[in-house]
Amino acid sequence: MYNFSALTQSIHQYLSEAMSPLGAKITEMAIIGLVLIAFVALSVMGLVYIERKVAAFFQLRVGPNRVGKWGLLQTLADFLKLLMKEHIMARNADKFLFNLAPFLIVTAAFLAIGAVPFGLGLQAFDINIGVFYISAVSSIGVLGILIGGWAGNNKYSLIGALRSGAQVISYEISAILSLLTIVVLAGDLQLSAIIESQRDGWWVFKGHIPVLISFVIFLIAGTAETNRGPFDMAEAESELTAGFHTEYSGIKFAMFFLAEYVNLFIIAAVGATVFLGGWMPLHIGHWQAFNHIMDYIPSIVWFFLKTGGIIGIIMWFKWTFPRLRIDQLLVLEWKYLLPINLVNLLVVAFITLMGWHF
Amino acid sequence: MTEETLTKEGLKTQEYFVNMGPQHPSTHGVLRLMLELDGEIIKKVIPHIGYVHRSIEKMCEKDSYRQIVHITDRMDYLSNHMNNEAVCLLVENALEIEVSDRVKVIRTIMSELTRLSSHQLWWGVMGMDLGALTTFLYGFRDREMINDIFEETCGARLTMNYNTPGGLMFDIHPNFQRRVKEFVAHFKTKLPEYDALLSDNVIFRNRTEGIGVLSKEDAISFGVTGPTGRASGFSNDIRKHKPYSAYDRVEFKEILMETGDTFSRYKARILEMWESLSIIEQLIDNIPEGEIQSPAVKAVIKLPKGEFYQSVETARGELGVYVVSDGTKNPYRVKFRSPGFSNLFVLNHLAQGYKIADLVAMMSTIDLVIPDIDR
Amino acid sequence: MSAVATYFKDIFQGLKTLLTGMKITGYYFSHARKEIITQQYPENRDTLKMFDRFRGRVVMPHDENNEHACTGCSSCELACPNGSIEIMWERIVDPETGKKKKIIDKHVYHHSMCTLCNLCIIACPTDAIKMEQTFEHATFDRKELTMILNKPGSKVRKDVEE
Ligand code: SF4
Ligand code: SF4
Repeated sequence: MYNFSALTQSIHQYLSEAMSPLGAKITEMAIIGLVLIAFVALSVMGLVYIERKVAAFFQLRVGPNRVGKWGLLQTLADFLKLLMKEHIMARNADKFLFNLAPFLIVTAAFLAIGAVPFGLGLQAFDINIGVFYISAVSSIGVLGILIGGWAGNNKYSLIGALRSGAQVISYEISAILSLLTIVVLAGDLQLSAIIESQRDGWWVFKGHIPVLISFVIFLIAGTAETNRGPFDMAEAESELTAGFHTEYSGIKFAMFFLAEYVNLFIIAAVGATVFLGGWMPLHIGHWQAFNHIMDYIPSIVWFFLKTGGIIGIIMWFKWTFPRLRIDQLLVLEWKYLLPINLVNLLVVAFITLMGWHF
Repeated sequence: MTEETLTKEGLKTQEYFVNMGPQHPSTHGVLRLMLELDGEIIKKVIPHIGYVHRSIEKMCEKDSYRQIVHITDRMDYLSNHMNNEAVCLLVENALEIEVSDRVKVIRTIMSELTRLSSHQLWWGVMGMDLGALTTFLYGFRDREMINDIFEETCGARLTMNYNTPGGLMFDIHPNFQRRVKEFVAHFKTKLPEYDALLSDNVIFRNRTEGIGVLSKEDAISFGVTGPTGRASGFSNDIRKHKPYSAYDRVEFKEILMETGDTFSRYKARILEMWESLSIIEQLIDNIPEGEIQSPAVKAVIKLPKGEFYQSVETARGELGVYVVSDGTKNPYRVKFRSPGFSNLFVLNHLAQGYKIADLVAMMSTIDLVIPDIDR
Repeated sequence: MSAVATYFKDIFQGLKTLLTGMKITGYYFSHARKEIITQQYPENRDTLKMFDRFRGRVVMPHDENNEHACTGCSSCELACPNGSIEIMWERIVDPETGKKKKIIDKHVYHHSMCTLCNLCIIACPTDAIKMEQTFEHATFDRKELTMILNKPGSKVRKDVEE
């Protein structure tokens, strides 16, 4: 299996020879930043396109098919349109906060994406508390939603923002608790270590029913955390017109849009990494021959396949279910997900203690 | 703005107004609701109507009776055929003309198809209001087949103007019966899907059950008719109580529910679709022969002096047409008792104490068509 | 005990209903190629045919001798609820019989005011006008929507009774 660290090492080598250590460091950071920005821009465009196509197929439509072959350039065209649109601000809006909110939300998304392991040796920032780090920074995003909703001086966006605040804070707990089950099993918070622990099989297969339960809970909580249907309380198009971003237009709106899809990607990537082994190929116990064949598929392909699968499921949710009401949403979290999750965590801890998992 | 009050903790709090509409995704048209809110809890709903008022009643006063028919298409555009029928029946009754059985049966089939198409659209939109965007297209897929049937026979999809006083504009198209049968067979397989997608869905159930309960007494005193009223147990089906056209010769149940909450309003319409299908099935194979236009109706229609009233059951409830005639070829005064108007004003009564999201669900199950309210 | 049982029963039944819904949308997703209902409009212009009763706009058919059946009787003008038809007629002396006779000068039709209600077609005693099945009627100039239905130099057909 190709190890990307060979590539990154050679770049590092080359840069260290060419300039001082500090210069090399700065150049490397710049390269990583640029690569990530390019990746985010491209993947968001791809995701938006896929989402629209998927929605169309669910709804017996064709979807975008005018701009470019199969409408592939549609999102690019939309992005250009958003770039050129006028910035509109309500008269009594809080100018500073109004402009700050989109940046905050995008920054949070970027902070989290740095720690995502895309492939073997392809991780910008392998911190030893990876799971904790990603959960922590991705919740900065809700600050952006709250500020954006408040600063626009619009009652609809205020309602949307407050809903979103209540929602994200509640569902964060579930998302983290369900991730903790795997942390308990793997015995490490570092993402690369969690992936390594799945060398002989992914946790969803190895971890019996409790892990399956926490995987389902993670999917639900993840959908809620990204503010997507059926949990799109903050936008709730038929109730609050556009929710927290009602007042935003042009590129600032595009930033919210961008962050929404980056968050979707991050949630799916974290889910894939923690539960489905990330870039780790499908390995089954001691079937050496089978494992060997699987190793021929590059790690990055595995990662994107799994992430894509989870994204697909989350999209399937959105295009099938009606939206919950805000109080039902909280009931679901506090009455169902949280207690189940806590019991589940205990069970997993017990299993780990007894060494009953594979 | 309302007055400030203090909470238990000593914080200042205030109720506030939100304008829902005239441009709002879930008012389905230019209806403006002023919501008095306490947080997300609704204290009061004040409907403001008139944004699409086209003075249809006044326009009728300058039109001949033949011409009035085509304006009624534009009132409740989803029950267009029933609206036409109401005016035609009124003229026929006033002139004491009996139309042929063929006309009666075709009118009934057309009305039921219209009811189905209206309910299909409502179902799709109801799902969309609750956030299930996909249902919209499924509803439209099935409605499209009905629209094609209409287009083939009547020449238009929405403003059909197919009824004329004393009969119909054309005979049915040769393909009509085959197409209707195809549609009925198709839709019988799709209706269970409607149930699986929304009616049985746990999220949908939680969003609708026990929400916005309308008691039978309130339904009667607000004059809430149609499936909305019947969901509260108020028996008001004109097709049963004062049968017109061919409704006296078909078997069908008047759908009556008991609870009167949002879900029973929803369920009433779903069950009504089954009833409509059964009515169509009973009639489609035995359309009697007969003339399409009664020769007794002259080119220029003059109603005798007096007052006339005719009501029909549209997809939304009781549509009443009241005409005062002075014996000339134009009516002296026309008044439409439109179901949407009475049904809208129950909203304030229903929504108090519920959340915005519930209001959207209630509005959806009351099934408002704004041009019908404003006329 | 029963409370706990209902708690779990609720969860499982809820999940089951959610999965049935997902099964249906999943079916349509996987059979999208077969089930797609939308049409690709400008591309299918050539094959798109309206039903023969479709009401696109009012036209007056002329035969090969540039003759039509309109006698200028104004019935359609009277039948129209919106005043979208204006009949301009003349009185001429019939060269054969020597009697005075009414003929059509201009049959003016305002498409912009027409609600396509078909009342004029029904009212016409000689079936001189009919509905055309075209449907692309948008123009850049509103004046183009006012048409004169009888072609220049056309005459009324001989066999048409007044
Ligand atoms: S179709 Fe109706 S509105 Fe149009 S010209 Fe004829 S009578 Fe008038
Ligand atoms: S089109 Fe027909 S109704 Fe109209 S003026 Fe000519 S003959 Fe008379």
